[in-house]
Amino acid sequence: MNLTLKVWRQAGPSDRGRLVTYEAKHVSPDMSFLEMLDVVNEDLIARGEDPIAFDSDCREGICGACSCMIDGVPHGPDRGTTTCQLHMRHFKDGDTITIEPWRARAFPVLKDLVVDRSAFDRIIQAGGFISVNTGGAPDANLIPVPKPDADKAFDAAACIGCGACVAACKNASAMLFVSAKVAHLGYLPQGQSERDARVRNLVMAMDAQGFGACTNTYDCEAACPKEIPADFISRMNRDYRSALLKGDA
Amino acid sequence: MRWLWQGLTTSVGTKFLMALTGMFLFLFTVAHMVGNLQVFAGPDQLNAYAAGLKKLGPLLWVMRLGLLATFVAHILCAFSLVKRNEEARPVQYAVKRPIAATYASRTMIMSGLIVLAFVVYHLAHFTLGWTHGDHFALRDAQGRHDVYRMVVLGFQSPFVALSYVVAMVFLGLHLSHGAASLFQSMGWNRKKYSCFFAGAARGLAMLVVLGNLAMPLSILFRLVGQEVTP
Amino acid sequence: MKLDSAVPSGPIETKWDRHRSEMKLVNPANKRKFRVIVVGSGLAGASAAASLAELGYSVHCLCFQDSPRRAHSIAAQGGINAAKNYSNDGDSVWRLFYDTVKGGDYRAREANVYRLAQVSVNIIDQCVAQGVPFAREYGGLLENRSFGGAQVSRTFYARGQTGQQLLLGAYQALERQIGLGAVKMSARTEMLDVVVRGGRAVGIVARDLVTGVISTHSADAVVLATGGYGNAFFLSTNAKGCNVTAAWRAHKRGAGFANPCFTQIHPTCIPVSGDHQSKLTLMSESLRNDGRVWVPKTAQDRRPPSEIPESDRDYYLERRYPSFGNLVPRDVASRAAKAACDSGLGVGPGGLGVYLDFGDSIRRLGKSTIEARYGNLFDMYKKITAENPYEAPMRIYPAVHYTMGGLWVDYHLMSTIPGMFVIGEANFSDHGANRLGASALMQGLADGYFILPYTLGNYLAQAGNSQAKEDQPEFVAAASDVKARQDRLLGIRGKRSPDSFHRELGKLLWDKCGMARNAAGLKEALAKIPAIRAEFWQNLAVPGTGEELNISLEKAGRVADFLEFGELMCRDALVREESCGGHFREEHQMADGEAKRNDADFSHAAVWEYTGEGKEPNLHKESLTFEHVKPSTRSYK
Repeated sequence: MNLTLKVWRQAGPSDRGRLVTYEAKHVSPDMSFLEMLDVVNEDLIARGEDPIAFDSDCREGICGACSCMIDGVPHGPDRGTTTCQLHMRHFKDGDTITIEPWRARAFPVLKDLVVDRSAFDRIIQAGGFISVNTGGAPDANLIPVPKPDADKAFDAAACIGCGACVAACKNASAMLFVSAKVAHLGYLPQGQSERDARVRNLVMAMDAQGFGACTNTYDCEAACPKEIPADFISRMNRDYRSALLKGDA
Repeated sequence: MRWLWQGLTTSVGTKFLMALTGMFLFLFTVAHMVGNLQVFAGPDQLNAYAAGLKKLGPLLWVMRLGLLATFVAHILCAFSLVKRNEEARPVQYAVKRPIAATYASRTMIMSGLIVLAFVVYHLAHFTLGWTHGDHFALRDAQGRHDVYRMVVLGFQSPFVALSYVVAMVFLGLHLSHGAASLFQSMGWNRKKYSCFFAGAARGLAMLVVLGNLAMPLSILFRLVGQEVTP
Repeated sequence: MKLDSAVPSGPIETKWDRHRSEMKLVNPANKRKFRVIVVGSGLAGASAAASLAELGYSVHCLCFQDSPRRAHSIAAQGGINAAKNYSNDGDSVWRLFYDTVKGGDYRAREANVYRLAQVSVNIIDQCVAQGVPFAREYGGLLENRSFGGAQVSRTFYARGQTGQQLLLGAYQALERQIGLGAVKMSARTEMLDVVVRGGRAVGIVARDLVTGVISTHSADAVVLATGGYGNAFFLSTNAKGCNVTAAWRAHKRGAGFANPCFTQIHPTCIPVSGDHQSKLTLMSESLRNDGRVWVPKTAQDRRPPSEIPESDRDYYLERRYPSFGNLVPRDVASRAAKAACDSGLGVGPGGLGVYLDFGDSIRRLGKSTIEARYGNLFDMYKKITAENPYEAPMRIYPAVHYTMGGLWVDYHLMSTIPGMFVIGEANFSDHGANRLGASALMQGLADGYFILPYTLGNYLAQAGNSQAKEDQPEFVAAASDVKARQDRLLGIRGKRSPDSFHRELGKLLWDKCGMARNAAGLKEALAKIPAIRAEFWQNLAVPGTGEELNISLEKAGRVADFLEFGELMCRDALVREESCGGHFREEHQMADGEAKRNDADFSHAAVWEYTGEGKEPNLHKESLTFEHVKPSTRSYK
């Protein structure tokens, strides 16, 4: 099939950027979206033009590197799918597809479709961990973890840090990302000692990075390639409330 | 109290305030509607109810000021959040398609501003008597403020009734998201009963809208108060 | 080049414990004066960087990805082995050691493997304490499964995303240290050279992938945790960014490269669908626990699988290996699939695939059980192929997955360049000629959490401060080498993209140095690679400049190194006149097609020394002795 692409091109962080139209010819339905961009890029290189810069690494939907707003939806039309796992069979011949980078103050565009998501790392630095040094951990089976809790913790820990939740949110809020980390560690007995401090620190770090607030529209949950439920946001609000009221002033 | 200020000025804390004030205002609209529905019970009932409220004296003023403070806090929080949210995305998408977000959830500030404008008008109309001073001055046989005739005369005007109808549509839009959303913001939602919360809250919001619509519409179409003439 | 494995004396069971207490220590107050550069932030790199920072060293960690959380360890699905014996089925440190040495086809260093099995138990403890959400029983204790041909249940797992969860644990430990200021993190930064001064590794040259700035960094020790070289084949299950550049640059600066021909071909990958294919997707081999592998009995049988009756199916693994059946180790399963396809029995496009059938298991256990075990893998398969594996059998084909070869290291994980340590998949040490399932995660974390923090301290305590500074001539020269090479790549302005060369090289390596190799093919590849390389340096097209984010330039640099490395891989495969593990030489097989090892002549690690541009590399041998696990023919029948 043949497609028309409108791709955001931006030479660097300070460039204004614009949408540029390209033709993608002889696209196979078995191609992934990124393989389709690879082919477009090969053509661009052959013509001596700068290929479209985009992030991608594992191409099996787990590293979280790939992004792309595809026709106004993060990671494109297929629910629960990263761009690298989105196949062209979800499009039809003659379609026009608009491809843009994630847009958020906290995710500045570096080039074309590549954005800087290090704000997520800085949030994790503020408390997205359990403070244990290497060595000295007790036997792994010392503390039983109820299976439902372990499963819930896993559901939250499945976050790949791609930023689709921020991209989808009308407020560019990082609530789903942050709440997933709060829930992951908060469901486990190992995470209890720092539970109150963690939620406070993560929320403050999220605000400091310039993400928006939550309007409970649930576009984040719908856009999440790992289908992390917005229920975790409620859980984080609960944790935050309790952390706010507990403890010394 | 620094801890409280710090805790409530974060994005999550501001949402607590938004939710709590919203919940209070929502409950007020329910009570307000229940009180006003007495218009269907006739002039005596409604006027007595109004006179009863007046008799509360200082307590009424405490309630009014409390309501005003809540309202102002709700609006201030809204502006603070809107500012934060707009700053969070300085460059907009060329194409953006909502996935799960409802129309109501995406337009809270718009519906909120319309409701605010309506509230100002509504106060000017029925509480302060600025728009229809003649209706406001009416007294019933017992010398009480004739709320019944004031209301009926007001809503007999198609223009006034229509403005109330439009406002109620936007209030409904605002509440249909806000009433369910407050449970999420406060962290009261749990997967197993979030459905119930959302449903109950939305249902209640719809009742408020329907109840509030019943009054202007039934008066406009002369189902109620047809005996009253200017 | 001197190869001293530095294995401590004494009984194998106590070597590590005794050595640990004998190694030199760095005074706590002096630790922060030692600067350690860790290149790579996967399981090995992140765990090492975090652990070293916790000890007090000044750590600088780099990764080419946009965040340390994205390293390709994240894609490991199946699990991580540990000799916990929680299942009470007879597992022990000794048995894990034995299985790993045997599984590696007797080409690993016994002492290293024993130590790996020993510290495996600590890894699980550490990860649980970090909050890794491993699978649990209803009673709340950890669940184990049997994996990759092991006859005990020693594999800990987190659904099909064990690598992700372990990496996030290490990543969070690393971020904690970054937040504390103990680690300086440079993401989107690629190491392009090692700086050697007075015979010691004292720093690196790196390029900021966003601004293009080339910078030098001095240190007292350099740790490479840069992963494997599977992407030499272009198509592999590795992430697109995985490359050999850091290891190859180190090799050219004096680090011996061991057993480059040992590559692992994973049996359960989704077959190639067309020329556009950019990578291959692996599905956990846990699928083989319940899936049965088969091909039609007659060639060119074009019937859909549901219409092929049992009598016309060949369950070739169950037939050839009755005791292990579908659970034979990876190398055996992969070669058997290739053999079936080579004889025309393959299924799907191009006949490059075999069936992995869950029909029997679904009938026996019910769809919901299968869904609970493999739901995410089935979804992934469906997403990629648009076929429903609950209804029709999956089609699978082997793909390059892991590389056992790597930079040679001694018992301390130090390369032949003093001061340069190599950990994780980047080194050659523990898996011999074939890696067992669920052992890569174990090795990466063992190296990073529990071995390197001791051995690096031992080195620094003896070697002292390197006195290295960025203005020394060695740094200036290395940086200008890097710059000159980059300018050369940018200056060609030819017609072909880096990917097109990479594909050409990859296809050649897959055909001639893939699952099965022979002398004629390897010689052909050795003749062709220099020609591809020559064209590369004449006809490469890299648009743009070096002073910006330039994805073509990044790729070009990596492909240039693969073009040199590929030759070494073929050379190594050519001189290893035996079949062992992932290295199968067609000339060396039994009458029934099984691998024929030659212990008399090849019980060694082949370590290559770089001798200069256009010169033949020197081969050194570290002879391997097996005192505890007596080499025998690996039989899974």
